[in-house]
Amino acid sequence: MLSRSANDLLWMSRQVERAENTARMLDVTYRLSMLPYRIMESGEKWAEPWAVPLVTSGLATGYYKANTELTAEKVIRYMVLDATNPFSIYSSLQAARENARGQRGALTSEMWESLNRTWLEMRNIDYGNITARGVSNFFDWVKNRSHLFRGVTFGTMLRDEAYSFIRLGTFIERADNTARILDVKYHTLLPSIGDVGGAVDYYQWGSLLRSVGAFESYRKIFRDQITPSRVAELLILRDDVPRSLHSSMNDLYEILQSLSDSDRHEPERLAGEIHAQLHYGRTEQIFKLGLHEYLMQFLDKIEALNTEINRHYLTLDYT
Amino acid sequence: MASPIHDEMRGSDGNVLPHYQSYAAWLDSIPPERLVQKRNEAEAMFHRLGITFAVYGEEAGAERLIPFDIIPRIIPADHWHTLERGLAQRVQALNLFLHDVYHDQKILKAGVIPSQKVLANAQYRAIMQGVDVPGGIYAHISGVDIVCTGPGEFHVLEDNLRVPSGVSYMLENRKMMMRLFPELFSRQQVAPVEHYPDVLLETLRGVAPHGIDDPVVALLTPGSYNSAYFEHTFLAQQMGIELVEGQDMFVRDDTVFMRTTRGPKRVDVIYRRIDDDFIDPKAFRPDSILGVPGLMQAYKAGRVTLANAVGTGVADDKSMYIHVPEMVRFYLDEEPILKNVPTWQLSKKDDLHYVLEHLHELVVKEVHGSGGYGMLVGPASTMTQRAEFRERIIAHPEKYIAQPTLALSTCPTFVEAGIAPRHVDLRPFVLSGKTTRIVPGGLTRVALKEGSLVVNSSQGGGTKDTWVLEA
Repeated sequence: MLSRSANDLLWMSRQVERAENTARMLDVTYRLSMLPYRIMESGEKWAEPWAVPLVTSGLATGYYKANTELTAEKVIRYMVLDATNPFSIYSSLQAARENARGQRGALTSEMWESLNRTWLEMRNIDYGNITARGVSNFFDWVKNRSHLFRGVTFGTMLRDEAYSFIRLGTFIERADNTARILDVKYHTLLPSIGDVGGAVDYYQWGSLLRSVGAFESYRKIFRDQITPSRVAELLILRDDVPRSLHSSMNDLYEILQSLSDSDRHEPERLAGEIHAQLHYGRTEQIFKLGLHEYLMQFLDKIEALNTEINRHYLTLDYT
Repeated sequence: MASPIHDEMRGSDGNVLPHYQSYAAWLDSIPPERLVQKRNEAEAMFHRLGITFAVYGEEAGAERLIPFDIIPRIIPADHWHTLERGLAQRVQALNLFLHDVYHDQKILKAGVIPSQKVLANAQYRAIMQGVDVPGGIYAHISGVDIVCTGPGEFHVLEDNLRVPSGVSYMLENRKMMMRLFPELFSRQQVAPVEHYPDVLLETLRGVAPHGIDDPVVALLTPGSYNSAYFEHTFLAQQMGIELVEGQDMFVRDDTVFMRTTRGPKRVDVIYRRIDDDFIDPKAFRPDSILGVPGLMQAYKAGRVTLANAVGTGVADDKSMYIHVPEMVRFYLDEEPILKNVPTWQLSKKDDLHYVLEHLHELVVKEVHGSGGYGMLVGPASTMTQRAEFRERIIAHPEKYIAQPTLALSTCPTFVEAGIAPRHVDLRPFVLSGKTTRIVPGGLTRVALKEGSLVVNSSQGGGTKDTWVLEA
């Protein structure tokens, strides 16, 4: 298929995944922000919850250019509705739809209709609508539109190259997002590993799990108290948790194997290397290196993988 | 022209004509609320499907729906057969003319058409002189605009031989009608149009460069901001071919390649929806970023086929229009089946004089204009508009032609006030390759404003499904 088409399709699914992740993050923040302060024990630090999604997405600078104070309404406006913020849910869905519009020929009509409808509805949403229908209901809507799109894609699309590039976009964005969420939680909210076990800590780790839809999975697997090392194990090393790094790398490696040929095999090799480190990794090693360092290294590797995918399949210049 | 207006359903005396009787009976039995509901359903559906067109002059990326009218335009079988033969004849003559112009120029040497008019035409492409194209076909896809003034009385309004658009609406309108009113299609035998993309692909594959057994066809679009972008994506998808932009292709050793995820892939036939001027910055406008550098070189070397060919504009120009009946006689030795609309050429002194005296009753068009921009509809114009046009005409008479305000036929149309007659035209699509094929039907455009004769979508026109009845 055309390199430009592959690129558009990859970004289409990346933007949908991004919109979903932003909604997840904001939804959890919203729930967290409603917790009463009295659950805090003395000495616990309570970072302002509305700063977290800004930091996670690397958008704090952009936010403070336009705003002086941190309020729920302003963060929601900026991260959901702001057309000038390229990472807002509005912008992500718009970009996804624009990418799809350029590649309608590669999509099934049901996929296009689903995405187009999402965009048409999003275009008519303002802050008043969000509060009137309930903030969480709005985030559920975003998640559901993303689920629907993925489901329609899975259920109707020909298993061709286009399908592979669509999946690539989903899993690259997902791996990137899970790593960022883990990192920010660790650094913004809990400066040291010793602060474990308090009520705030429980709610914060719990909310992190919820933001990636893994709270119930944690309960099923560990049937025990929530600890950082178990959360890390769950979201980094386990391959049966759909939003874990290992699970995302399983998919990325498999897709890149299928796209590999004698002229284009470096992306597959690199994905295999990253995958192997997760597949054979241990929690102790992660904490020995430091969770933050580990995650930074992971993000660098994902970026390198991105570059290789671009170079081998998507760029318009041949050498 | 003072002849009474012909309504395609009720003639000029109010009695429903035979080919509309079945539909009229059905329409009488339908409560108006149901029609409103169906119209809303159609509109919602078109929005959901994203069948929109971009409007020039509005904010970038603004999209609008072309209003769709749910009452079909019905053409009886015998009228269609005449039309079909007339269209095939006309397009065949136009293709022979193009081949002649770019080779021996017999028609110019015979003095049938003044040489100057052809060779000095802005649409004449000297670069095509002596270039052979597969099968001698230049206009592979032609959209011929037809108006009707009485039962079976068709006139050609203009020929579109460059990048005619609108066929996607023909297909989507039919799909929509079958979805909204399936019962109607069991009452009457309506000739199908759904196979158009297959016929188009067959036509394109049939004109591949010599020696290519399994040609790769691609559709070249200027991109998503083009007003017809929806149609480009639609046709590429329906034909199962790649939709390419200029940046997706490159030329190496006089061969055109697409940039794909598996490396370069050769392209043999390009269905291009970009004007000549923009197709190759090395050959034409150097500032064009839409085209492919070196494409003309590959084309002249016979390594790729362009559809339509470069230089077809010299035949569909409004100043050449008046000569088409002579082309039919000259090349085919036949009498033209389809009539032209009488046309005054303002470059001629007598014609200019007459037109300036009768501006209030004529339609004046720019020779190179399209899309209903830059035209004056005399009877609907104001004094100021006429005065303004008069100045423009006097400054450059050669840039204009004039035609009588025809008594265009009307079709019943569902407007705000209910069902009322509105003027229509018709654009059938003629496909020329190894054979000539015309899918029965076309795009019917309707002027939604009462009394208006301007059907262009950019000027508030709508569309209808066009039914050709099977005998």
